[in-house]
Amino acid sequence: MTVDFCGIELVHPIINGSGTFDAIAAHRAFGDDLLERFPFAAFVSKTVTLEPRQGNPPPRLWEVAGGLMNSIGLPNKGLDGYLERDLPTLAALPVPLIVNVMGFSRDEVAHLVAAFSERPEVSALELNVSCPNVETGLVMGADPDETARLVRRVRPLTGKPLIVKLTPNASDVPKVAAAAEDAGADALSLINTLRGMALDPRTGKPWLGGVTGGVSGPAVRAIALAQVHAVAQVVEVPIVGMGGVQSGRDAQDLIGAGATLVAVGTESFRDPAAGGRVALELAELLANTVV
Amino acid sequence: MTRVTAPFGRRTATVTARDEHGAYVALRCHDPGGPTPRAGQFYMLASAERWGGGDGERPFLPRAFSVLRARAGELQFLIEDVGPGTNRLSELGPGDGLAIVGPLGNGFAAPRENRLPLLVGGGVGIAPLVIWQDELGGEATALLGFRDQPHALGAALLTAATVATDDGSVGHHGLVTELLEDELDARGDEVEVYACGPPLMLEAVRELCSRHQVPAQLALESGMACGFGACFGCVVPTIDGYVRLCVDGPVLDAAKLDTALVAGAGH
Repeated sequence: MTVDFCGIELVHPIINGSGTFDAIAAHRAFGDDLLERFPFAAFVSKTVTLEPRQGNPPPRLWEVAGGLMNSIGLPNKGLDGYLERDLPTLAALPVPLIVNVMGFSRDEVAHLVAAFSERPEVSALELNVSCPNVETGLVMGADPDETARLVRRVRPLTGKPLIVKLTPNASDVPKVAAAAEDAGADALSLINTLRGMALDPRTGKPWLGGVTGGVSGPAVRAIALAQVHAVAQVVEVPIVGMGGVQSGRDAQDLIGAGATLVAVGTESFRDPAAGGRVALELAELLANTVV
Repeated sequence: MTRVTAPFGRRTATVTARDEHGAYVALRCHDPGGPTPRAGQFYMLASAERWGGGDGERPFLPRAFSVLRARAGELQFLIEDVGPGTNRLSELGPGDGLAIVGPLGNGFAAPRENRLPLLVGGGVGIAPLVIWQDELGGEATALLGFRDQPHALGAALLTAATVATDDGSVGHHGLVTELLEDELDARGDEVEVYACGPPLMLEAVRELCSRHQVPAQLALESGMACGFGACFGCVVPTIDGYVRLCVDGPVLDAAKLDTALVAGAGH
């Protein structure tokens, strides 16, 4: 069931969504059992920014019907901290590493892309232009021209596959997708979380420290399927589909809608090994499909 | 070593008994696939069947619970029905499946400098103190605070506990931290405090221990989605910045905290 994704050979089509699995923390919790039963065919790291970030003030989570809303705010060690402390550990994982980056300007993104381009441990780069918690991310990914300018700026800086992660919080997602492809993106990933909000029942004020958050989980699955389908109509490059995947059947749906790979995110919070289970269920479904 | 690593992934344990302790339910379950946890470690719990469809179409995520008691192949958890997750869990009975991930996080560490352990618990937060008293040999002094008599029945889970209730129906009429202050005044230089309970209680414990220069280990609570460091949702502020309670806690040294008031906890 191996899959070729932008020239990277993967043992199955299931990876993780950026920011939904920390392999280093998971290794502390589960020990080497994690590495022996690693659930994903490639590991996508949490967003790296140029400078370290503490993230948003808590509370950061709110449970919604059939899902979760989060306002985490991209906490990370920054580029230098990541290169020094995280990259050596993540490079030792049994699967290819995809690094997700975000900048507050095109120059910042360019700096990050150039820095990771030199690292042989990194198999591909994913541009976060869609995080709804950080203003600039939303602006870049919500507009086709902004997206194209960003991709055109960083495309010449790396020979590694460049994935653009699209935001669903845009008026015309296929138009942004086509602009990213035209500007040189090798692949697209979608959907990121949908912007939402919850009020503290005791005070009537916003519950999340970041005021608004991103909704994920099965609550958004139908939206993800529609967006992947719509984007697949207008681009040729491979698509990483995600949004509320809980089973092999959900993954098969996204592949049917046009995805090459499928990412598992929120379901890993309920079961850390969910990615491996989804991959097995998908393999069984595909094996039983009469061509 | 205050951490035992968990088998990777979720597994199903089988509920073998449901014991009522006043306002609380202790679920006993058979977990042949798991290791014996350390006191203060926790598990993410969900019912194997019908998890969801409660109030507000919740629960969706598993819920974090400190282990109440453990021995080879058997785990116990203390549940108070306060929301859609705990409501569903408190319905479970013998033969029902309990989906678990764990043990997770760091447990309590042994007292420093030959100090005597002094356990301080509030409400359902007494749970990790029960297993810790077991590990310490059943002799540790315990001060426990509860809302009222039905909740105070939980005190029977510990040996020789001194109880305070908000309404005065059992034991001292007032706060458990008033009992703690008397203890610290009398023998603060001999004890190390281990505390778990609601945020206001923990903050009062932290402040008292800081003022009396008594070392303290606090088992905190924060809303958690995953329990293994993936979601970054459960952070609490420390003197070193935010830390994830699930992988760097839930037991934290009180000296690392400027406050034990965790935003969103107890909701």
